[in-house]
Amino acid sequence: MSRLRGLWARFRARRIAVAGLVVVVLLALAALGAPLLAPADPLAQPDPVALQNQPPSPEHPLGTDRFSRDVMSRLLYGARVSLGIGAAAALLAAVIGAGVGVAAGLGSPLVDQLLMRGVDVALALPRVFLLLLVLALWEGAPAGVVIVLLAVTGWFPTSRVVRALVQRLREAEFVQAARALGAGRWGLVRRHLLPHLAPAVIVAATLDVGNIILLESGLSYLGLGIRPPAPSWGNMILDGKDQLFSTPWVAAAPGLALLVTVVAFNLVGDGLQDALDPRSEK
Amino acid sequence: MSGPDATPGGPLLEIADLRVTFATGDGVARAVDGVDLVVEAGETVGLVGESGCGKSVTALAVLRLVEHPGHIAHGSRVRFEGRDLLALADRDIRAVRGNHLALIFQEPATALNPVLTIGSQIAEVIRTHQHGSRAEAKRRALEMLRAVGIPDAERRADGYAHQLSGGMRQRVLIAIALACRPHLVIADEPTTALDVTIQAEILELLDGLQRQMGMAVLLITHNLGLVAERTRRVYVMYAGQIVEEAGTEALFAAPLHPYTQGLMAAVPRLDQLRERLAAIPGQVPPATAWPGGCRFHPRCPFAFDRCNAEMPPLLPSGDGRKARCWLVEDEAYRGTGVPAHRDQQGEGGGAP
Repeated sequence: MSRLRGLWARFRARRIAVAGLVVVVLLALAALGAPLLAPADPLAQPDPVALQNQPPSPEHPLGTDRFSRDVMSRLLYGARVSLGIGAAAALLAAVIGAGVGVAAGLGSPLVDQLLMRGVDVALALPRVFLLLLVLALWEGAPAGVVIVLLAVTGWFPTSRVVRALVQRLREAEFVQAARALGAGRWGLVRRHLLPHLAPAVIVAATLDVGNIILLESGLSYLGLGIRPPAPSWGNMILDGKDQLFSTPWVAAAPGLALLVTVVAFNLVGDGLQDALDPRSEK
Repeated sequence: MSGPDATPGGPLLEIADLRVTFATGDGVARAVDGVDLVVEAGETVGLVGESGCGKSVTALAVLRLVEHPGHIAHGSRVRFEGRDLLALADRDIRAVRGNHLALIFQEPATALNPVLTIGSQIAEVIRTHQHGSRAEAKRRALEMLRAVGIPDAERRADGYAHQLSGGMRQRVLIAIALACRPHLVIADEPTTALDVTIQAEILELLDGLQRQMGMAVLLITHNLGLVAERTRRVYVMYAGQIVEEAGTEALFAAPLHPYTQGLMAAVPRLDQLRERLAAIPGQVPPATAWPGGCRFHPRCPFAFDRCNAEMPPLLPSGDGRKARCWLVEDEAYRGTGVPAHRDQQGEGGGAP
């Protein structure tokens, strides 16, 4: 599609965004390749007494934690959790948001009002507390449930953006023309609306990934997201927080990883957004 | 040739008492207010009027494309090939749109989807309405591109709208509209956005294709010159109503309605030296507040008491023509275009 190609050309002109993209790609590779890259089993506790809280060494590049587990291995496997949940929830949120936005934008004024006032109400509820409430009541909720919860509480802004775009698009003459040529409702959405919505939805989803990774880490840190012993960056920070001054690598490694990841996703999202802005076209 | 009963099978398109209203903040706008219009198979009919007179809304209403807050009033009738389009199910009207009845839009710059290839947009219409494979649709699309005179059709078909000039885009729009060989094409200001030289080319093309395919054309325009050259019959529209209906030659030889006269006086002509063009005084009133009586009376040089009080119907003037003007009953006016002694509002004793 020529439009996406143009987007890529403008994105490429922004070095910092490209740097963000490189980091995101490396992170994704690291997460995918965790079984190959990890020096040890992330759950193995070879000797909780003799090998606990080892500082970084050739054998343990990021040291070990208080159960003698290899931090590097846990970090790599934790990346799978963080990136996986972040990407899956952001994608799901984008799909729901786009669907509701299209329905509101194309539907009758009544449907539009119902959906958008519903979104207004939902946006007024504090997301973190909603998540805490559900996860506190549902102890040991599986990762799939965490993903759905994060998505279901995160699609509202996307739906507003999409609705505004659809309302503008449906006045576009080429949409009128398509109707005049006999296009049905579904054909209109598929052929004429979705290609125009895709870039904006992609940007929203990208920016959302960083957000969701942070949220999930926060939940895990509070012991509500991914349950130990399975590694996630959030519960790794939790593990290391009591020994922050004696063995800083245990909490610092996941903390830094989190920081780099979120910044990288935000850089990519911002870069995409700038590249999409027609005013930035040279 | 102009009456609804002229052909035994009924005309191709028959619009009767079409009313379209828009609920606006300033009240109800009666954008189209009781339009009757007939197009016979194969003929070219003009619909002329200023911006805002309701001609484009009429076109959209025929295909039921008027969107909220617009509303086609009950009692309106649009018969096309014997079926009432306003009563069809959604599915059935979609099968008519772009298939037997196609619309050519005014703005070639915006009527094409910028992210789809030219070829796929033509193929889309064909596949919407006709069975057949993707390859067959593509082949037909290329055929249409060649038919509308796009050079290097194979390459253009894979290109996008922004790679084409305005004239080329309008050719593509025509290709899309004619892809399913419609029986009637409604062309809404098809050349307004184009250069004058390109306009002529596009109209020649449309003429040629019309002869080839034997379709009828309803040409909607504000350009009287176009109407004079291309149509057989003309409807003149003002303030949501048809105000005059006539054969093109007769209309241009002797316009009956004072509004039509005004329109013609406002067209620059090479064969007459005039200091300045005559403009019709005043402005088209807003559709939320049509004046009472004859809608043209506040701007009419011949208006008299009755015009203010009573809306004239479309009055027949004997030779198959009709005009919505009380003066049609005045024999002297019909002959000369100037009313006999009347008490004129605007002029103090200018009448002979």
